Amino acid sequence: MSFLLALAVMAILALVLGAILGFAAIKYKVDEDPLVDKIDAILPQTQCGQCGFPGCKPYATAIANEEAEINKCPPGGEDGIRKLADLLGKDFVPFDDGGASAEKARSVAIIREDTCIGCTLCIQACPVDAIVGAAKHLHTVIESECTGCELCIAPCPVDCIDIVPVGENVNTWKWRYPIIQLKKVA
Amino acid sequence: MLETTREIFPFHGGVHPPEMKDLSNRSPIARGPLPAQLVIPLQQSIGNPAKCVVNVGDIVGKGQLIAAPDGNLSVAVHAPTSGRIVAIDARQVAHPSGLAEWCVTLESDGRDEWIARDKFDWRGALERGDGKAIRDYLQLMGVVGQGGAVFPSHLKLGGREALQTLIINGAECEPYITCDDRLMRERAIEIVAGIGIVRKMLNAREVLIGVEDNKPEAVHALREALAHCGFAAEVVVVPTLYPSGGAKQLIKLLTNKEVPSGVRSTDLGVQCFNIATIYSIYAALEQAEPVISRIVTLTGGVAKPGNVDALIGTPIDDLLAFAGGSSAREYIYGGPMMGFTLPSTAVGLTKAGNCVIAMDAASFPPKAPEMPCIRCGECAVACPQELQPMDLYWFSRSKNFGKAQEWNLFDCIECGACAYVCPSSIQLVDYYRFAKSEIWEAERAKKSADTARQRHEFKQFREEREKAEKAARLAAKAAPKPAETAAAASADAGAPAADADDKAAKIKAAMARAAAKKAEAGDLAAPPTQVGNGKVPHVLSDEQAAKIRASMEKRAAEKAAQEALSPEERAARDAERAAKIEAAKAAAAAKKAGADTLVEHASASSEQDASAADTPAKSALDEEKAAKIRAAMAAAAAKKAAKEAGAASPAAAAPDKDAVAPSPAASTATEAAPAKAALDDEKAAKIRAAMAAAAARKAAKEGGEVAPVAEPAAASMTEVVAEVAAAAGTAPAAASTPEAVAPAAAGIDPDKAAKIRAAMAAAAAKKAAKQAAQDEGQA
Repeated sequence: MSFLLALAVMAILALVLGAILGFAAIKYKVDEDPLVDKIDAILPQTQCGQCGFPGCKPYATAIANEEAEINKCPPGGEDGIRKLADLLGKDFVPFDDGGASAEKARSVAIIREDTCIGCTLCIQACPVDAIVGAAKHLHTVIESECTGCELCIAPCPVDCIDIVPVGENVNTWKWRYPIIQLKKVA
Repeated sequence: MLETTREIFPFHGGVHPPEMKDLSNRSPIARGPLPAQLVIPLQQSIGNPAKCVVNVGDIVGKGQLIAAPDGNLSVAVHAPTSGRIVAIDARQVAHPSGLAEWCVTLESDGRDEWIARDKFDWRGALERGDGKAIRDYLQLMGVVGQGGAVFPSHLKLGGREALQTLIINGAECEPYITCDDRLMRERAIEIVAGIGIVRKMLNAREVLIGVEDNKPEAVHALREALAHCGFAAEVVVVPTLYPSGGAKQLIKLLTNKEVPSGVRSTDLGVQCFNIATIYSIYAALEQAEPVISRIVTLTGGVAKPGNVDALIGTPIDDLLAFAGGSSAREYIYGGPMMGFTLPSTAVGLTKAGNCVIAMDAASFPPKAPEMPCIRCGECAVACPQELQPMDLYWFSRSKNFGKAQEWNLFDCIECGACAYVCPSSIQLVDYYRFAKSEIWEAERAKKSADTARQRHEFKQFREEREKAEKAARLAAKAAPKPAETAAAASADAGAPAADADDKAAKIKAAMARAAAKKAEAGDLAAPPTQVGNGKVPHVLSDEQAAKIRASMEKRAAEKAAQEALSPEERAARDAERAAKIEAAKAAAAAKKAGADTLVEHASASSEQDASAADTPAKSALDEEKAAKIRAAMAAAAAKKAAKEAGAASPAAAAPDKDAVAPSPAASTATEAAPAKAALDDEKAAKIRAAMAAAAARKAAKEGGEVAPVAEPAAASMTEVVAEVAAAAGTAPAAASTPEAVAPAAAGIDPDKAAKIRAAMAAAAAKKAAKQAAQDEGQA
């Protein structure tokens, strides 16, 4: 009799725990690979495609699947590579083009308004919808939203887009690294 | 000797640099110079720069608003003197970066004339409990914290609960600076009145004024003024120890409350105001005087050190000249501990500028070369914030910002006590500032990356959506073929309009086009001179009228049915309608191509009726289109017949919710229509029909001019319109001319879809007319 009772208790326990596990599996299901999001958070989101992938998320996915190296993102700079290396437990790798992708100052696209013909090609190219305008009307760049990815340059038929570095102002100015004075010997 | 009235709770650390205060605190506050030009920066507070409200060339009075606050975290800027605005441009400002920011340059006219000022009734506002009015007023008067942080004061006065302790900061702990000292000595009564205002606004239970013991005259003056003020406040003398004037340090000294990291002092029931801020609050509320001047200490290597009540925007050069000139190469803006070297002496004085020190070689020897950190720990002993400066230094130097943040870098108040005591003369604060600005920059980058990510994701979503919408449109375009054939059948069967809505709309569009075309044909067939006479072919006009009536009916029935629908159904139908419009557009385009064929067809069979559906297509090219039209017309005719039958029996009026009593004159289907639908809908439909007719007629006239043999249909069209109007029994007499109806229609009819249909019909008719005219000419 006690043998049967033990069986029954175990069976009920198994059912209850199974139900809890099943519920948890549905309730706390993770749809996406959390690693992709973590990598994506490090990438600078310029969506420029310089890594050879059509945007930051695809590159992040490729890194997560070990299909791409971590040194393909020039806008992220070496600092970005370091962060990726830290996250993934890899070694730091310099840019594969040997420093050609040196860090650039933050830039934005500026449309020369007297040349723009209103073709809307740049609007379609902009990955962050930072260009406003309509067909046969002047286009302009929302500077605060522009990531400086340069994707709008190529499609422009009249070459009226310039990439201009964003200068500093009083609010974005950074204190410089203190210069260490060397003691004069002579 | 000053007696201490209550227990003082010393803070950790602190240093005691040479005070150097008696350089400048012996002479009374002098009235500052009236410079020829003032350079007034638009950003003079933490937060957003003020928005300029004047233009170059404007004449402004003293105290006139020149820049309005932009958002809550921003304050106004005023003209410090009367004169003319000569420039609004980016100029170098008093900032360590030496960068240019937007400034208003004012050329003073020397008269220094105030604008008319109205005193603000702050007492009344306070009695009403309208604290917000007072705060808004202070914002508009440009009141900011003048202790150095320039935080907008109105934001500090908005406590919801009563405040435990109001602390007035008169410590002025930095060496050299004496502006608050002189202010307390000379304007103690005003300051006390100001304290009274702030106390009332914040409902403070306790008021403590902290003053360092190196300012006995100020303490006496304040105590004297407080004796007659009518409220309890206490001047607490604190020992002279840098940085006792830091808000957190003074709070600790006076109340023994330590403000934890990331917590505001208000959360502990303590609020701190600087003496100079209190004075400007008083001046703003009691004298309606915006912040256009401040007391600034001119000291160090100048000939006549002292305090000056200088206008905001006064170039530092003018101030130095006023102080007798100086030969120093560099000048410190602010105190020697926390201030920075001015990038240029041409910059204008700001609300934050409490002191300008000419760095003479004797007091400011060149900085000793930096030596390695020997980990002596002196800095940790001196740190008033109880941080570990050597660790912070190490992390900042190695750019290990995350670690620096973990070590509470952002609790550093940059007082410079650590650098002051450092035996290796390391400029520790420079490293902290560097690390802080790098972290802020990274945060900004992170924020912009997040926005970019969101925007990119939204763009992708939008592109997907557009793709889906396009696919839906294409599907809708492909659908009509079977629907059209079904339309005839369903119409024949007398199915309710609500069921065959899709088809009905298409049929309507087709009919409108066909009607217009017909009119065209008629027009071309009759000489234009016969317009308006009785020789108009009645068969044609009757037929047209019948068609228009039928279409109107359908529209009315549809409207009625729609009124009976639930909102969801209506929304669905709207979407459907949009699809229909698309389909109709496509149809119009196709129609244009084959218009001539149709004209031939239409004019050939003037007795076209329900049997037209059986007529074989004349053009192989446009066979499908023509067949469609014919089918539609047949359907319309069938429908009309059905309606006529239905009008007699009340059951046919079932969808009608308006329950309008049937008109006694309702002998025809057209006249039955108004009874079924709301009057407005009916009118709108009529006007649309009239508009289509007008357009068609106009086109026909053009065609008629080209081809003299053409016959007039304009008369018939007019007749149709008149008939339609008469049927409604509501249209004015003017409606008999389509020209009069058209403008009215624009105002009355908001229904875009119908307009599009009408316009398309007109376009098709015009095209057909031209084609026909050409044909005629060739013939």
